[in-house]
Amino acid sequence: MNGKLKAKKPYDIFVLVVMFILAVLFAFPLYWIITGSFKDAAAINAVQPEWFPHNPTMDNYVRLMAKPAFRWLFNAVFISVMSMALTCITAAMAGYALAKKRFVGQKTLFTLLICAMALPKQVVLVPLLKEMSFLGLHDNMWAVILPTVGWPFGIFLLKQFSEGIPTEMLEAVRIDGAGEVQTFTTIVLPMIKPGIGALAIFTFISTWNDYFLQLIMLNSSKVLTISLGIAKLQAEMSNDFGLIMAGAALGAIPIVAIFLMFQKYFTQGITMGAVKG
Amino acid sequence: MSKINNVPARSKALVRRETRSAYLFLLPALVFFIGFVIIPMVLCLVTSFFNYTMGDFTFIGFGNYIKMFQDEIFRIALKNTILIVVVAVPTVTAFSLWVGASIYKMHAVTRSFFRCIFYLPVVTGSVAVSVVWKWMFNKYTGLFNTVLMGTGILDEKISWLGDERFALWCIIIILFTTSIGQPIVLYVAALGNVDPSQIEAAEVDGATKLQTFWKIKWPSIMPTTLYIVIITTINSFQCYALIQLLTSGGPNHSTETIMYYIYYQAFKLNQYGYGNAMGIFLAIIIAIFSAIQLKAGQSND
Repeated sequence: MNGKLKAKKPYDIFVLVVMFILAVLFAFPLYWIITGSFKDAAAINAVQPEWFPHNPTMDNYVRLMAKPAFRWLFNAVFISVMSMALTCITAAMAGYALAKKRFVGQKTLFTLLICAMALPKQVVLVPLLKEMSFLGLHDNMWAVILPTVGWPFGIFLLKQFSEGIPTEMLEAVRIDGAGEVQTFTTIVLPMIKPGIGALAIFTFISTWNDYFLQLIMLNSSKVLTISLGIAKLQAEMSNDFGLIMAGAALGAIPIVAIFLMFQKYFTQGITMGAVKG
Repeated sequence: MSKINNVPARSKALVRRETRSAYLFLLPALVFFIGFVIIPMVLCLVTSFFNYTMGDFTFIGFGNYIKMFQDEIFRIALKNTILIVVVAVPTVTAFSLWVGASIYKMHAVTRSFFRCIFYLPVVTGSVAVSVVWKWMFNKYTGLFNTVLMGTGILDEKISWLGDERFALWCIIIILFTTSIGQPIVLYVAALGNVDPSQIEAAEVDGATKLQTFWKIKWPSIMPTTLYIVIITTINSFQCYALIQLLTSGGPNHSTETIMYYIYYQAFKLNQYGYGNAMGIFLAIIIAIFSAIQLKAGQSND
């Protein structure tokens, strides 16, 4: 303990101090949203900022519930869960095939997937909206889910994990007479479980926060997500800061909680995704 | 390989069987990928050569592309977009490298605490975060004016997001805070993977901390740096949500970006063909930037 303290140099202390100041600054928006959501109108509009609500009130939340805020929350959960489930299933199958099978057209397909990943996905939103209207999915939550599942990031991530499965193991069960489906469910899936966990949490969070795609695809109040709901409050009732803060808190708290619970998997997901280079 | 050549008949059947089962596994993913990534991309390219509006669909060749370069607002949007990229990419990369290098050796709990904190704005989401920033930049009740006036730095209140001189810089600051989360996570992982025996060897040879960093660590985290530079470039080029939420491209087009202008043309004016042409142009620029960065990164090795 003593030696550790002695080893600290001025620069290390400087770094630690700066880090803590930055940490406060970066945590501030979330702190301000949560405390702000409990402030009354006078406190929230005060010129001298009230750092902690002196007269906490639930009034903002009560008024927020009158907007269909639970509906917004439900929609966001529905879209994120569906995208997550479908992405994990399709990516697990495709990642395994790309990693462990040798097939005609493999190289071409792989190149195509890489090129698609390097392109800005927001650019295709105009034609994507036209396509969704053509499919009769305009203003439908599936118009957000389907393109999210199509994005090839998950395939890369799970290909990475599938490469770690020993080929001998796959051959052994095949010799024992296991079919393709059985091999996949009894060997592959358990082996790539951490990868699926990482992809699930990553997809859930990024879908929840994909404001742009939701904005383009969803209009009517019954399909709005919590992100769209907050933006709507901001646009329509821009002076009611308390209500907006309550909306922002309702949108942020669940996703931050999920992130903190699963952050180990999440970190693993982005790190492994980058390794493919 | 040579083994396969010895038994061509059997291997052909094997390849065929493997190919069939591989595509069965790939099928669900490919349906989504082709249906909702490839088809829109092709549509985007094709319709960029058409005068495509609510009531019109006529082939005009490069008409949209020519119109683009004569469009004053497009030029402003291009200039602003490039400014965002040129400022955001180096600062995000350098800052996240500094934070990554400062925290990767810390105790696992402290490290994970800082990693979470810097990721927080990303997780909280652009919409919720922009609510707070909008208040901070507010002319009358905002934190910035209160603090700056209180300390005597400012004499009169500034409408930060409503002033042509400051609005784009405000956007860049917010973009910065929502961009560094992922690079920090990547740098912490990459620095943790640097071969410790190499570092020890350098230290035994009497290298200073700075020398060890530039001679040993920097080269081995080069692939990570490259990846970070490329993803930050792509994200900065596509900056849209913050602008839509905070300034709508104003005041006087001072925060207009290409992405914002595309959606203004396509969804407000129904100029789909024109919007798609700008989209293709943006994709080409991003591809060129990425290619240059890849080349530069590889020649550094």
